[in-house]
Amino acid sequence: MISLGGIDLAIIAIYFLAVLAIGLYLKRFAQSGEDFFLAGREMTAWVAGLSFVSANLGSLELLGWAGSAYQYGILAAHWYWIGAIPAMLFLGIVMMPFYYISKTHSVPGYLRLRFGPAASALSATTFAAMTILMSGVNMYAMAVVMKVMLGWNIHFSIWISSLTVGIYVAAGGLYSAIFNEVLQFFLIWLGALLVPILGLIETGGWSGMVSRIQRNFPGQDFTHLWSTLGRFQDNPMGMHWTGIVFGLGAVLSMGYWTTDFLVVQRVLAAKDLRSAKLAPVIGSFFKMAVPLIVILPGLLGLAVLPDRLVAESALQPGQHSYNEVLPLMLARYFGPGLLGLGVTALVAGFMAGMAGNVSAFATVWTYDIYRPFLRKTAPDAHYVSMGRWCTIIGLVVSIGTAYLAMGFASIMDYVQALFSFFIAPLFGTVILGMLWKRVTPAAGFCGLLAGTLSSVAMFFVVKFDPSALSIIALSTHAKALAEDMYRALWSFLINVIVTVMVTFVTKPKPGSDLKGLVYGLTKIPMEGELTWFARPALWAAVALVVLLLLQRIFW
Amino acid sequence: MKDHAIIPVWFFVGVLLVIYGVLILASGLAEWSGPGPIVLASMHAPVWWGALLIVIGLFYCAAFGGGKKNRSKTSR
Repeated sequence: MISLGGIDLAIIAIYFLAVLAIGLYLKRFAQSGEDFFLAGREMTAWVAGLSFVSANLGSLELLGWAGSAYQYGILAAHWYWIGAIPAMLFLGIVMMPFYYISKTHSVPGYLRLRFGPAASALSATTFAAMTILMSGVNMYAMAVVMKVMLGWNIHFSIWISSLTVGIYVAAGGLYSAIFNEVLQFFLIWLGALLVPILGLIETGGWSGMVSRIQRNFPGQDFTHLWSTLGRFQDNPMGMHWTGIVFGLGAVLSMGYWTTDFLVVQRVLAAKDLRSAKLAPVIGSFFKMAVPLIVILPGLLGLAVLPDRLVAESALQPGQHSYNEVLPLMLARYFGPGLLGLGVTALVAGFMAGMAGNVSAFATVWTYDIYRPFLRKTAPDAHYVSMGRWCTIIGLVVSIGTAYLAMGFASIMDYVQALFSFFIAPLFGTVILGMLWKRVTPAAGFCGLLAGTLSSVAMFFVVKFDPSALSIIALSTHAKALAEDMYRALWSFLINVIVTVMVTFVTKPKPGSDLKGLVYGLTKIPMEGELTWFARPALWAAVALVVLLLLQRIFW
Repeated sequence: MKDHAIIPVWFFVGVLLVIYGVLILASGLAEWSGPGPIVLASMHAPVWWGALLIVIGLFYCAAFGGGKKNRSKTSR
């Protein structure tokens, strides 16, 4: 445990005051529903892009993936590269036109236009549950930071941070969330980047780090991205390349980055279609760089930390868990002042993660559950008021879910399990609905229901009968993350199969009802009038080339 | 489209970074002769990192502060 000096506490206090002041300042600009829930739809591509990637870069990401990098090695970087970049580019270039042109407030809102109220209600309900659970994870991650670094009381940390988030989001809505996400983006980078810089200086560069890891963990390969994925038992993750390519790259990441409303909401706030298409492309470049401040500190932890870290569930007194690797690295290199900045970066990440979840929850509850099913006609101000109350209620409920997260071996196992329940099946429904006009409303609902239920069922089957892992994850050597990837893949396929089968026995919507919603029936503005360097497609191609180069370098 | 004189988010970023930079640089200078028991303490990271924060912060303050408030929400 480390003790913070006066200057560190001042840095943390200034951050709290700044976000509160910004939230209260923005309250005057968040009067209508469009302002409160979608920040007026007037963000530039850069603000939307940074917010898009920051909404996903909470303390959960920092702590969870740094812990996963310590546990699984560089394989964790797959979640930043093949497990993010193709999906972000697909969202920007292929899917965003449909979301943006339909002028929907949310992903469940798109499903209501495309498939009707049943599919929308199902997706809104599961999404609302997921955001609350995710908020809880963020709180837990925060409690870990406070426990390890400061010895602060867990309840005190949770309530002070939650109260601050509640005030600024309830005041400024998505404006506050986005402004603070941009602020957090800078704090996280500038607060965490020193760890890999100093770590690489200490180990003598990348090769020095690798040789130290080999010395500390003989016979294990933590530093190759693809070459150990030929067999489940050859890598620390118990993963096979098919799980990464098909489960993560083709299904789970596509589902997360294209249908998780928490991130999509940021892009819907863009001021025009070009900005909406460009925002995920801009975000993809920053996303590719995040392993520098998340994965590399985890690897450096393997090289320089004197004590072995263990899973949360196996923790003995005096030991530290995987999730604590980043705080331990901060404590190793940071003195007064920098320590305050590092802790503030983590606090900012936590609060932005919370803010993202509660603002998305407030939007989906208000627009996709409350308005269509409980109170159809009310003045706009009523829905804004409902959004503000939802923010507070969502935070209070999510405090309860923080304790659920504590039972998992690592934070990311819990998160990936949630995604495989709700996000992977949803992707099947959205993508089929966007690209195939024949899909019927009944098929959309049945496919989504079947995919979600089958995913949850697979999770519990393995919990009660671990031998089922050899069927669901193709190997008894598969570990939690690998199991999540395959569960996501199967639930997606089940969704697609059920959707296609039901489509052929039910009546489709007439084409006139699908204009602006489906490929082939939607007029998408061309980019021909833009100069070549302003075209989102060009920058998407550049991002893909950089991605391929990274795979080659760390193969 | 509504007109709002809203301060750009980049200005808030700049102000916060300048404040943090000054505090971190000052703490680095204050313990120059006797740095704490951390690894690589001799590199005096707070000094040059604090200076870097000040430079970045001043850039954003200059580019987006003062009379350069947004004309409308669109230029945010």
